[in-house]
Amino acid sequence: MTGIRYTKDSDDIVTLQFDLHGTVNKIDLVFIEEFSKVIDQLEKEGNSLKGVIITSAKNSFIAGADLKAILSLTKKMASDFLYMITLFKSLIRRLEKLSVPVVAAINGSAIGGGVEIALACHHRIAIDSQAIQLGLPEITFGLLPGGGGTVRLIHLLGVEKALPYILSGTLLTPTEARKKGIIDELASDHNDLLQKSKTWILNNPHALQPWDMPDHKIPGGNIRNPNIVQWMIATTASIPKKSCGSNIAIQEILNVATQTLSINFESALRVESRSLVTLSMSQETKNKINTLFIQLNDINGGMSRPKSIPHSAVQKIGILGAGMMGRGIAVACAKKGINVILKDINRSTAHAGKEAIEKYLENDHHKADILSRIYPTEDAHDLKDCDLIIEAVFENVDIKAKVTKEAETYLGLNGIFATNTSTLPISLLSHSIQKPENYIGIHFFSPADKMRLIEIIVGKKTSKETLAKAFDFSRQINKTPIIINDSRGFFTSRVFGTFLDEGAQLLEEGVNPVKIEHAARLAGMPIGPLAISDELSQKLIIEIAETNAQLDNKMGKATAMNGEASYRVAKLLVDKYHRSGKAFDGGFYEYPEKGKKYLWPELKKLYGTTQKTLSTKEIQDRLLFRQALEAVRCYDEGVLNSVAEANVGSIFGIGFPSCTGGILQYINAYGLDDFYARALELTKLYGDRFSPPALLKSMASKGKVFE
Amino acid sequence: MPIDVYIYDAIRTPRGRGKPDGALHEVTPVKLAAGLLKTLKKRNHLKSQDIDALLMGCVSPVGDQGADIAKAAALLAGWNPSVPGIQINCFCASGLEAVNLGAMRIASGADHLVVAGGVESMSRLPLGSDGGALTYDPTITMPHKIIPQGVSADLIATIDGYTRDDVDQYALRSQHCAANAIQNNYFEKSIIPVYDDNHCLILDHDEHPRPDTSLAKLKALKPSFANLGKLGFDEVAICRYPDLEKIHHVHTAGNSSGIVDGAGVILLGDKSTGEKLKVKPRAKIIASALIGSDPTIMLAGPAAVTKKVLEKAKMSLEQIDLFEVNEAFSSVILRYLKELKIPLEKVNVNGGAIALGHPVGASGAILLGTLLDELERRELRYGLCTLCAASGMAVATIIERVSK
Repeated sequence: MTGIRYTKDSDDIVTLQFDLHGTVNKIDLVFIEEFSKVIDQLEKEGNSLKGVIITSAKNSFIAGADLKAILSLTKKMASDFLYMITLFKSLIRRLEKLSVPVVAAINGSAIGGGVEIALACHHRIAIDSQAIQLGLPEITFGLLPGGGGTVRLIHLLGVEKALPYILSGTLLTPTEARKKGIIDELASDHNDLLQKSKTWILNNPHALQPWDMPDHKIPGGNIRNPNIVQWMIATTASIPKKSCGSNIAIQEILNVATQTLSINFESALRVESRSLVTLSMSQETKNKINTLFIQLNDINGGMSRPKSIPHSAVQKIGILGAGMMGRGIAVACAKKGINVILKDINRSTAHAGKEAIEKYLENDHHKADILSRIYPTEDAHDLKDCDLIIEAVFENVDIKAKVTKEAETYLGLNGIFATNTSTLPISLLSHSIQKPENYIGIHFFSPADKMRLIEIIVGKKTSKETLAKAFDFSRQINKTPIIINDSRGFFTSRVFGTFLDEGAQLLEEGVNPVKIEHAARLAGMPIGPLAISDELSQKLIIEIAETNAQLDNKMGKATAMNGEASYRVAKLLVDKYHRSGKAFDGGFYEYPEKGKKYLWPELKKLYGTTQKTLSTKEIQDRLLFRQALEAVRCYDEGVLNSVAEANVGSIFGIGFPSCTGGILQYINAYGLDDFYARALELTKLYGDRFSPPALLKSMASKGKVFE
Repeated sequence: MPIDVYIYDAIRTPRGRGKPDGALHEVTPVKLAAGLLKTLKKRNHLKSQDIDALLMGCVSPVGDQGADIAKAAALLAGWNPSVPGIQINCFCASGLEAVNLGAMRIASGADHLVVAGGVESMSRLPLGSDGGALTYDPTITMPHKIIPQGVSADLIATIDGYTRDDVDQYALRSQHCAANAIQNNYFEKSIIPVYDDNHCLILDHDEHPRPDTSLAKLKALKPSFANLGKLGFDEVAICRYPDLEKIHHVHTAGNSSGIVDGAGVILLGDKSTGEKLKVKPRAKIIASALIGSDPTIMLAGPAAVTKKVLEKAKMSLEQIDLFEVNEAFSSVILRYLKELKIPLEKVNVNGGAIALGHPVGASGAILLGTLLDELERRELRYGLCTLCAASGMAVATIIERVSK
């Protein structure tokens, strides 16, 4: 059976219906082979061809390239890969030069290569459905649209409109895509789609791509236009601010854009192909594909969800606490059609919570719809029959116990109870609950309606059913859940704590705070350790350290709070200088009413006036190694269940640089041997906190990597 | 020269057809130059911080070639930021004058190690892209009777009486010599293939030659500059040369230099620096000269500059074993041969710009390298390289092969 159905109707219009092996029409070698035959056949039609309609027999239109195949490419395969890209591009080039109109009848989502094929059609019509996503998300995986998409979109829209779209990698609905000029027409349903395609073909017998017209000019101008040059310069300058750390894909995209504006269409297509090869060979891109595509899909697909437990969905959710976290969770749930009971201690705080949500959603088109699903209350009876209750109150064991006890009785028959704690052990909190098997941690990240990650914490007594329900709920609200075994700080908070601590260590040693902050951001962390400490507040850092020490005591483990620099520094700031954080009167930074925050000038003098000189690289290694080593310990101790969850969790949860492919992939790419040796070196220089776990040594000696 | 200057290496890119469908069109000129710089550094085991200066000729220094392409190329090549870059423009003399100026920097004792050459992507920046007073300011062009170069070439042919057959014959000879050199791999060691970032080949040979051309094919080509002449430039030329009844338009795309993309660089240094860096000198620079002459006939300078450079070197014409004279147009060579009475066997023995192409800002460095390669192959001693240039300028350099 052929994967591309070729049918010719009485109007001499050929419809190509893509139906390749697999769930989606993936662009791979088989695709290219089939497509090549079809193009040959179309060219043979000669005068008896009046037009071509490209559509799909699947739910989606055409998906992108086979990303898994890119992972296996080695440098030696560069010319073969270039040949394959060139071949694919020559096929779609032949398609757009058939000298008959070609219409893309987009019946479902088109991602990456699918959009690139559509761009090689003379007219694009999509079914107007919210479920359809169109986009060029290549940059997310460290790639660029290399199937002609970058060049064609610039020729179609002009660089000023095309580039921001390619650089953001956003997926659009057909309506949005039409507004941007990527889609020409919308259709109401499948029949309408095909009818409109035919009508357009019959009305436009001499269709030609804009870039093949003799008087074609790129909209807005090319590189000889001074305004465009200025725009490109400004775009290039704005990149470091937006993308922390290394991002070679951006540089390649900007290069292809510049060349597209400078040279002819065909040559620009070649430059684009070469850039795609360059990126596909790079470690950074492989890291991103590995983690943000393969591992992420594995996680979302239920890799760690207990099998054989039926799928569940939450209809009604109760949220205890209308603070910032509770409100964020409420919005995330209501957006996905879940009815929310937002409960707080009294009526006014509950209602104030909803008002705050209303203000927050000011510019949201779906505001009314979301608000209609959120019911603020102080009455625990309203929690009746909830499928899920999430407690999101203050991080205090006693307070949590009190509200949990009160709410648990109202839980629906098959309902589960979750705590949003970010640090307190679930098994400890579950003491106050009647059915600990129904109790689980669902840790959201702030802002909860935006952050994609959820940490699900499994207590000792948590049942598999409860875990499966928590997982299904996370997917229901479109989040990525990683499953963590109970331990103080779980995974993300524990690792993130080391980042803050190392920042404080460096400060204590007399390293210039400006340099600490910049080194962190240049390494790819979204925000420096001092700035994020302020966001958390020095007050909270102290409280967490003290709570942890108490917990450790309860569990028979002695912890010296003073062992942590983050605690010592926070104590000094709060006790001596009354600087408790951003929310108070400033922390490491000053927050003037007008203007930008700046580092508290006294900070440099706090730990001696002689500045310690450390290279940026040394600071970065310390900040990243602390985190990576802590992640290895979590993995070693069984807190983490999989490498995929460590990697994805570290990027989405704590902003570990995405170019590394996540926290354990960072070690893989560094080389386990080298990483181990460097950790020993850092231990010698800076202390035992860098001491590498034995697991690393044994893995390195066996030539193993984290996978 | 006060201090002896040596050529340690000379390399060039293949020359790509200077049109959007040429193989090097997709390569930025800065990348073309940087590729050579990387190779030069690698194959001579240099440390870039030892290089005192990089001088690059470039005739349309705007757009992709603007803002000091020499410095840009040094950075792109990953050279130490300490290396300064200087872009030089004196039209077609640029590439060789860059070498001459580099040699002077060393001869004066100011520098010890210099890289000089040129780059031109004519497919990206066609001649004239930079505008300029010499091309359109009537206060210069009118009193000085500035005419397009092609019309100047036809003017030389008219004055000297070269027929269409004469110029086509010479063009055919250029093609045959180039074909012979290519067939026998004479250029192989100096042409550095152009690769992309993934080491996929972009171009490894000169794209312009037409070894299968014939006199009949050349004869069939239309004169390229008749229309410009008709536009009024013939009359402008006659104002300056009133003896002439009319201008015979004999030059075509077949007997004029080819429009191509390419680059060439040369490593220059004094003796002790070469010894220190353990690189072997290949030739010594004996003398150089740059002159101006009548801007209307424009392209007749090579003979005059040759005389001047010989005088500076205190040498006679007979001492020169090989000549590389840039084949801007057939008539330029025919005039040179006639005026200096040099045997054809000594001139452009491996073809020239008619067959191989003329990347204007780079040609001087490319020709000097070609000359050196051939002196070595034939084990001869002295070579002279010369190019005519717009506005009547001309440049020349004499080198002496260092016998091994």
